[in-house]
Amino acid sequence: MFPPSSRSGLDLPAGWRKSGGRRGVALSTTSTIVVIGALVALFWLAPGSANVRHTFFNPTDMWQSFIGNPKKGYYSVGEAIWLNIRMFMAAEVLILILALAVAVIRQTTGPVMLPLRLVATVYVDICRGVPTLLLIFAIGFGVPALELQVISTQSAAVYGVAALVISYSAYVSEVYRAGINSVHRSQVAAARSLGLSEWTAMRHVILPQAIRNIIPPLLNDFISLQKDTALVAVLGAIEANRAAEIYADTTFNYSSYVVAAILFLILTIPLARLTDRLIARDRARRLAGGMP
Amino acid sequence: MTDDSAVKGENATAEVLRLEEVRKSFGGNTVLRGITQVVLKNEVVCLIGASGSGKSTLLRCVNLLERIDAGAIYLGGTLISARGVDENLVRKHIGIVFQSYNLFPHMTVERNVTLGPCKALDMSKSEASTVAAELLARFGLLDKLHDYPDRLSGGQQQRVAIVRALAMQPRLLLLDEVTSALDPELVAEVLNVIRELAEGGMTMVIATHEMGFAREIASRVAFLEDGQIVEEAPPAQLFTSPQDERTQRFLRRITEARRL
Repeated sequence: MFPPSSRSGLDLPAGWRKSGGRRGVALSTTSTIVVIGALVALFWLAPGSANVRHTFFNPTDMWQSFIGNPKKGYYSVGEAIWLNIRMFMAAEVLILILALAVAVIRQTTGPVMLPLRLVATVYVDICRGVPTLLLIFAIGFGVPALELQVISTQSAAVYGVAALVISYSAYVSEVYRAGINSVHRSQVAAARSLGLSEWTAMRHVILPQAIRNIIPPLLNDFISLQKDTALVAVLGAIEANRAAEIYADTTFNYSSYVVAAILFLILTIPLARLTDRLIARDRARRLAGGMP
Repeated sequence: MTDDSAVKGENATAEVLRLEEVRKSFGGNTVLRGITQVVLKNEVVCLIGASGSGKSTLLRCVNLLERIDAGAIYLGGTLISARGVDENLVRKHIGIVFQSYNLFPHMTVERNVTLGPCKALDMSKSEASTVAAELLARFGLLDKLHDYPDRLSGGQQQRVAIVRALAMQPRLLLLDEVTSALDPELVAEVLNVIRELAEGGMTMVIATHEMGFAREIASRVAFLEDGQIVEEAPPAQLFTSPQDERTQRFLRRITEARRL
């Protein structure tokens, strides 16, 4: 899905070599092995180890929950993760658009925009302060109860996405705003001095530079969003977390949760590595003193 | 209030800019204490004075980047400092070049120059490109057309910034200490551009610390101190026989620093 992160292993802090090249590598390898070894030993030698391994890491159960079996009353976690992916994709696009609109509205200065600015500010204050889970409940159960046509007859996944969009856009709009404010004021002056309107200056001069600055924090929020698609389970949508729960309820074995966790990791780790790479590239660019 | 034709229309007196008792303060800090000045067509007015004397603020006020507190500013006889004036329209006629170039770092030289004409003057992309290429060629920058600003020297960046302002075909060009951020060896190339513009009849107001240059190209030199024009005269007169004691003191300090 993403380009291989072959370089990411080199993204160590600048000073690491000083601790003595080859010796440093040997030392860090040894310490890593010791720490991991200790943790594995602790796990393996714990009194309840056999139980835990059977309940959480049973290969047969892991495989069964991964492929699913409708006849026995449980869904495939492997299939259910696709719903998470679809919800994530849809929410991501909508968040990028809504958050940008909110951020730009909050940056406007004219008196005409005051009502919108007020709405945007109140929206951010409220939706950043309310737990995402509560928003999912509120929209997932509240909107259908309104008994409106079309709007009240959507699937749980749709309400879930709507709630995620509303919750995350409040955060992401602040990220955008930080990006907009990171562009030096002299750039605004230069753009406006050419007779460009506030909006044209924003669109062609400020935003392109702002977005470049905020890609890493933006990706960070999206890693978080990928995981939070699991919250939509509370509405009954059969996504990975819910499928794992059903398996566990049916078989009294929790290995399905581990499968779901692994699947989420497969989604989030590439994005995390990509974020690291972009941060490293950004740092290199800043050191070189250039923009593109 | 300002319709386009009124701003563009040539005034009989060929007066381009008129400032009347312009005042500006930032919080409790008064920067301009009543500036009155008239700039005629083809004139080059140089503003000299110590840092903090109000030169930059005055230029920013003329371009409406700062709103004045009192007084009036007229462009070609039209009041532009009143509330409700379309500042974007005014700025299409007044170019400004800043001390720190302020080129757009994410755009090529060509895009930097064509952005204004395309977005503010509704010029077509090809038309704007032609204008840009002509201007860049005129100032020896055509080979930089597709470079990004960070590939250019400070002098080249500042020349591009001047071209960017010129591409709007302004009636008045404001230059705000355009050589102050440059390494000494790069100053000449920028001054040459300004000299060429002056010879071409461009109306300019120039805030500068380059006294020799002001003396050479200015029609008039105005000495600012503490937000006021202390003395104003043709350069030969102001630099050789300044009348006001404050001007004399300033020029003596400059001479001692070997800047004249």
